[in-house]
Amino acid sequence: MDSGDTAWLLTSAALVLFMTPGLAFFYGGMVRSKNILGMLMQNIFAMGIISVIWAVIGFSLAFGGDGPLIGNFDYAFVYDIATGPGMAFFAFQMMFAVITPALITGATADRLKFSGYAAFIAIWSVLVYSPVAHWVWDQGGWIFEMGALDFAGGAAIHINAGIAALAVVAVIGSRRGHGSEPMPPHNLPFTVLGTGILWFGWFGFNAGSALAANGVAAQALVNTHLAAAAGMLGWLIIEKLKTGHATTLGACSGAVAGLVAITPCAGFVGEMSPILIGLTAGIVCYLALQLKERLRLDDSLDVIAVHLVGGLLGTVLLGLFADTAINADGADGLFYGGGLELLKDQAVAAAGVLIFSGLLSYGIAVAVDKTIGLRVDSDSELIGLDQSQHAESAYQA
Amino acid sequence: MKLITAVIKPFKLDEVKDALKAAGIAGMTVGEVRGFGRQGGHTETYRGAEYQIDFVPKVVLEAVVDDSQADLVVDTIAKSAATGKIGDGKIWVTDVERIIRIRTGEEGTDAV
Repeated sequence: MDSGDTAWLLTSAALVLFMTPGLAFFYGGMVRSKNILGMLMQNIFAMGIISVIWAVIGFSLAFGGDGPLIGNFDYAFVYDIATGPGMAFFAFQMMFAVITPALITGATADRLKFSGYAAFIAIWSVLVYSPVAHWVWDQGGWIFEMGALDFAGGAAIHINAGIAALAVVAVIGSRRGHGSEPMPPHNLPFTVLGTGILWFGWFGFNAGSALAANGVAAQALVNTHLAAAAGMLGWLIIEKLKTGHATTLGACSGAVAGLVAITPCAGFVGEMSPILIGLTAGIVCYLALQLKERLRLDDSLDVIAVHLVGGLLGTVLLGLFADTAINADGADGLFYGGGLELLKDQAVAAAGVLIFSGLLSYGIAVAVDKTIGLRVDSDSELIGLDQSQHAESAYQA
Repeated sequence: MKLITAVIKPFKLDEVKDALKAAGIAGMTVGEVRGFGRQGGHTETYRGAEYQIDFVPKVVLEAVVDDSQADLVVDTIAKSAATGKIGDGKIWVTDVERIIRIRTGEEGTDAV
């Protein structure tokens, strides 16, 4: 790896790290004022615990060896990484590992017990995230071998965290008063701030995934930006048609939906594809908001509609829009003369992650719930997470 | 002694305060409150879900004045707080039995 590539990868690692506090504010603005510290804490705590786990075992299980299902212990305890895959790659991947479980916290807002949450993401990162990252990005991983593409984590991150969020919500149930009392966002300016940080950091997330400072990275950066922009437009258009108003929260949600959908596609598509993908994501993710009513699940901040549906959409659309003229290491999708082959591989990859992560996440959530407890008691929930979990208040009366 | 209480639109507070100062009022107490009257609330939409917000923000203003000043103060508030639109608020007047200035112990009109 030359110095330019190393410089870009290190910069990208820092950009991706910044997304986690960005996500904290994106979510934090949407919860009630008594739970904002709880939300911010769950997110930044992932920076603490997952980083250490990643160094001890996570990276090695994801990127050691060439087995089809999981890595090995070759790189455990940060051993031999500098002479193998390199410290820049280790750092970059660490930030992905940090933000992925943090994505789940939006679905479970206002009711997670902190100790149970800590145990859940620690176990989840090792048992679910590392193997899936291995499948998708490691040379030997079965999804990689099959030929399915996932540039920056549509399957490994967004489908993975999205289905895990669904599983955890199924275990812990709805917020008290869900459906009977209003729970509007307490500080949408925080959500706008968080969206800006996420959008900014996503340049590192997607363009960094080229793992080089080259034309593919530049293409990925442009695609990322255009998809966010088009995602915002798509969401706002349908929102305006359906409710009569274009909202600030809608603009933020649409942009994030576009960013999620372009993630697997970022370095494999070109021309107008990112705009079409973003626009589709904005519209489809808005319509997917209805899913939680159908499923009768309190996915509080719409992780399923935005991350699960957006991730699935991007992963499948890549089977249509992938273009080897943009990236020779990719494949051609249906619209670029590649036939149905890639589309089929993309669907199999998505289904594999859905099933594995869905079942295992549910199992881990049940186990933690039965032992430590994954949900706070009613009193703690009424007081709010800030006081009950952390003995703090965000806003002094 | 009369206690004059007015519930007004928040953005009218400065105008009302300036008008009352000009009319010679010695002091007042204000607070941010929420409530509803004929104006009712409004609807907010977050990610397609509609929320009915029943309570609208208002400012409550209280002043204790001498009987002779009461009508002037009420008229001044009524004039300066008015926009002519629904939700302008209300003013009411209550008899005050006793008033004391804490620092000096003065009572009655001297304490106003």
